[in-house]
Amino acid sequence: MSAAAVSGRQTALGVDVSGIGVKGPPRVEARAMTKQFGGNVVLDQVSLTLEPGTVHALLGENGAGKSTLVKCLMGFYQADAGELLVNGEVVAVKSPRDAQAHGIGMVYQHFTLVENMTVAENLLIARQTLPAIIDWKRELADLTAFMRRMPFHIEPTRLVRQLAAGEKQKLEILKQLYLGSRVIILDEPTSVLTPDEADEVLGLVRQMAERGELSVLIITHKFREVLAFADHVTILRRGKLVASDRVRNLTPAQMAELMVGAEPPKQSSSRTDSAPRELALELERVEADDDIGLRVLEGVTLHVRAGEIVGIAGVSGNGQDELVEVLAGQRPLRSGSVRVAGDHYRSTREHIRTRRVRLLPEAPLKNACVSHMTLAHNIAFRDYDRPPFTLLRWALRPAAFKKRAEEAIRAFRIRTPGPLSPIGQLSGGNVQRAVLARELAGEVRVLIAANPCFGLDFGAVAEIRSRIMDARNAGTAVLLISADLEEIFALSDRILVMSEGRIVHETPAQTADVREIGRHMAGHA
Amino acid sequence: MSDTTLGLWGIPLAVLGGAIRVSTPFLFVSLGECITERSGRVNLGLEGTLVMGAMSGYGFSYLTGSPWLGVLGAGVIGSLLGALHGFICGKPRVNDIALGIAMMLLGVGLAFFLGKPLIQPTAPRLGAIPFGFFSSSAQLRSALNVNVLFVIGVALAPLLHFGLQNTRWGLVVRTVGESSEAARALGYNVNRVRLLATAAGGFLAGVGGSFLSLYYPGSWNEGLSSGQGLMAVALVIFARWSPKRCLYASLLFGGAGAIGPALQSVGITTGYYLWNAAPYALTLAILIASSSATRASADMPAELGAAR
Ligand SMILES: Nc1ncnc2c1ncn2[C@@H]1O[C@H](COP(=O)(O)OP(=O)(O)OP(=O)(O)O)[C@@H](O)[C@H]1O
Ligand SMILES: [Mg+2]
Repeated sequence: MSAAAVSGRQTALGVDVSGIGVKGPPRVEARAMTKQFGGNVVLDQVSLTLEPGTVHALLGENGAGKSTLVKCLMGFYQADAGELLVNGEVVAVKSPRDAQAHGIGMVYQHFTLVENMTVAENLLIARQTLPAIIDWKRELADLTAFMRRMPFHIEPTRLVRQLAAGEKQKLEILKQLYLGSRVIILDEPTSVLTPDEADEVLGLVRQMAERGELSVLIITHKFREVLAFADHVTILRRGKLVASDRVRNLTPAQMAELMVGAEPPKQSSSRTDSAPRELALELERVEADDDIGLRVLEGVTLHVRAGEIVGIAGVSGNGQDELVEVLAGQRPLRSGSVRVAGDHYRSTREHIRTRRVRLLPEAPLKNACVSHMTLAHNIAFRDYDRPPFTLLRWALRPAAFKKRAEEAIRAFRIRTPGPLSPIGQLSGGNVQRAVLARELAGEVRVLIAANPCFGLDFGAVAEIRSRIMDARNAGTAVLLISADLEEIFALSDRILVMSEGRIVHETPAQTADVREIGRHMAGHA
Repeated sequence: MSDTTLGLWGIPLAVLGGAIRVSTPFLFVSLGECITERSGRVNLGLEGTLVMGAMSGYGFSYLTGSPWLGVLGAGVIGSLLGALHGFICGKPRVNDIALGIAMMLLGVGLAFFLGKPLIQPTAPRLGAIPFGFFSSSAQLRSALNVNVLFVIGVALAPLLHFGLQNTRWGLVVRTVGESSEAARALGYNVNRVRLLATAAGGFLAGVGGSFLSLYYPGSWNEGLSSGQGLMAVALVIFARWSPKRCLYASLLFGGAGAIGPALQSVGITTGYYLWNAAPYALTLAILIASSSATRASADMPAELGAAR
């Protein structure tokens, strides 16, 4: 029987996951994969073997080529050289559909769910064979039965738009299981999850692997997850394979060294003590609406002093994004006021410059960059219209753009083919660094940072956290919004908890209790 | 005379009859554009498709002697124009709006050029169903003399609604329209889906055009369309991309367009031209009323808003 015929039958049984145990996952092997983007070698002869029923971690710095490797396996990109073997046979994978036919499925780094459709519609649409006319009653019954067999459940009739990040991630994994994938590739599945959610999701996936139902290839930046959940680890550095071994044969320090090569990660800056200083950022009863006109910020009042980091903890989707957008000028303020150093602040370009307010939004490629413009242009966005970027205040000087970009590339170790590459082509972590380089240039009075380390490798996390700490020590008022409690605790002087558009709890970081904060985050305290 | 017995009641009746007549092309074009836009693409060229449909429908009807073959021919020509739009839009860095304008001008120009010999001859026209057979009032009978295409269109709206929710094709079209990224990750060929959706939209717009030349006004000339194709695109926005609401919106626009002639039919001629501008004023008013600086419509296919 051909592979396609087998998969046809499996997909017909797509909902019948009891079949998984009978038919174990295949052995998947990539041999000498090479991929170039415009002359830039991103993958250089990388090989990787995924044994059936194991959890295999793929490690590497930002831009090492991890996403590119798995996208080649999935047929999302075509490798320039190298081959893919499934159970020892060379197979051609021209599109994700082909990969699916071999039982290989992937959860991408960015969600690929359709926001405006229901959970059930999202699951059905992914199926390879759909009846021409859908009998929703039967499908919903099947889905409910399927969900009951799964380790986690999501109501099939809910709109994806209304799911929290953790639920979306679970749905992505459910989708692969629903399709009958036996090899699941997860690209940074936990960066959007809280540590508890991450443990839950990975733990369940791990159990399925132990039962021989699945193989998992997981890309992550968190050593904790590698140690706790993976059997095997492959490490890439700048597109080259540097190690592949059992996890128990390596320590985190060894893995870190393999990832970065000779360069040691930067030491973290420490907090310097200082007396309370003047108020730098004041929000009074700030209210704002979401995209479809529902109130999401219901009177947020908070103050940040110079030389202080105030962390806002909270389950994502409780108004944090909208708060950042209001401060960034991307969302109108319905009522309330924002003051910076006592002055009225309206997030216009003029106010942002004179009040020296800087911003690191999350998803920076979308929120703070123009993806098809060059790195050099993107780095100059804050002050491209004044010297040294201009001549006589109106002519732009390309050389100045290039020079600033080169400085930033060096100072922030941005990995890019050059200052004139479109920023959209950089890997996720490098876009983040570029935006940081722009925002932390010069003297900053107020810094607003939303999930600043989202998706960064350990070296970059340490580096960016110490840069934020340095800014604080130099007298910047920092408002840190993060879904990562560990980050909130590591950086903050004072912790606030946001829930349903309100600040519901406040505590000095030194005496803060994780459990109590967790209770406030969950909304029952 | 029945005219006098009805008196001013003749006005709403004439508006109703007019609404049904005037709304038919709106209905077909907007349903077509609805399919296209749900796949994440805008086809402004439907005005040109409408005029081409009117010309070719008349031509096919004249040549074959069957008005229904004319309607079919207009649909086929429309889907070819739609497919051309879809094909060119599939090329990298092609803007669908700019291309739509070019396609509109092409369609209109081509129709005028090819349609020159069709101005004189008379082609067989489409029939109507006399729903008013029970009445002795001539006015009622004429208002309820409903053309067959309208009936088909009315049936088509809920059918499309059902199709978008409950068929494989509907789901695929919506997925592509909501997130091309997601669709690609699922292995769907985004360009092909959009091409087919644009061709389907073109088919309906062509059929809508054939109504103009084969039923009302019922002949081929160059002044046949007065921007119905473009207004139908605005109408889709007003109907928030729902085929059912397209039906109601078409009736509303049709009714507005019928006010002027209805008033004239009972002898009120003051402001005739002003009343004829009612649909255009309505278009503007609706677009302003439904616009909002802060609210993105939750019903809008997300890919329509995406910069490409
Ligand atoms: N479509 C593309 N065109 C050009 N260059 C690309 C493209 N995709 C990736 N690259 C380049 O390939 C390199 C590797 O990118 P990749 O996304 O695989 O990194 P990664 O290891 O997944 O990093 P991260 O941890 O930041 O996600 C980067 O330098 C990036 O700039
Ligand atoms: Mg990546």
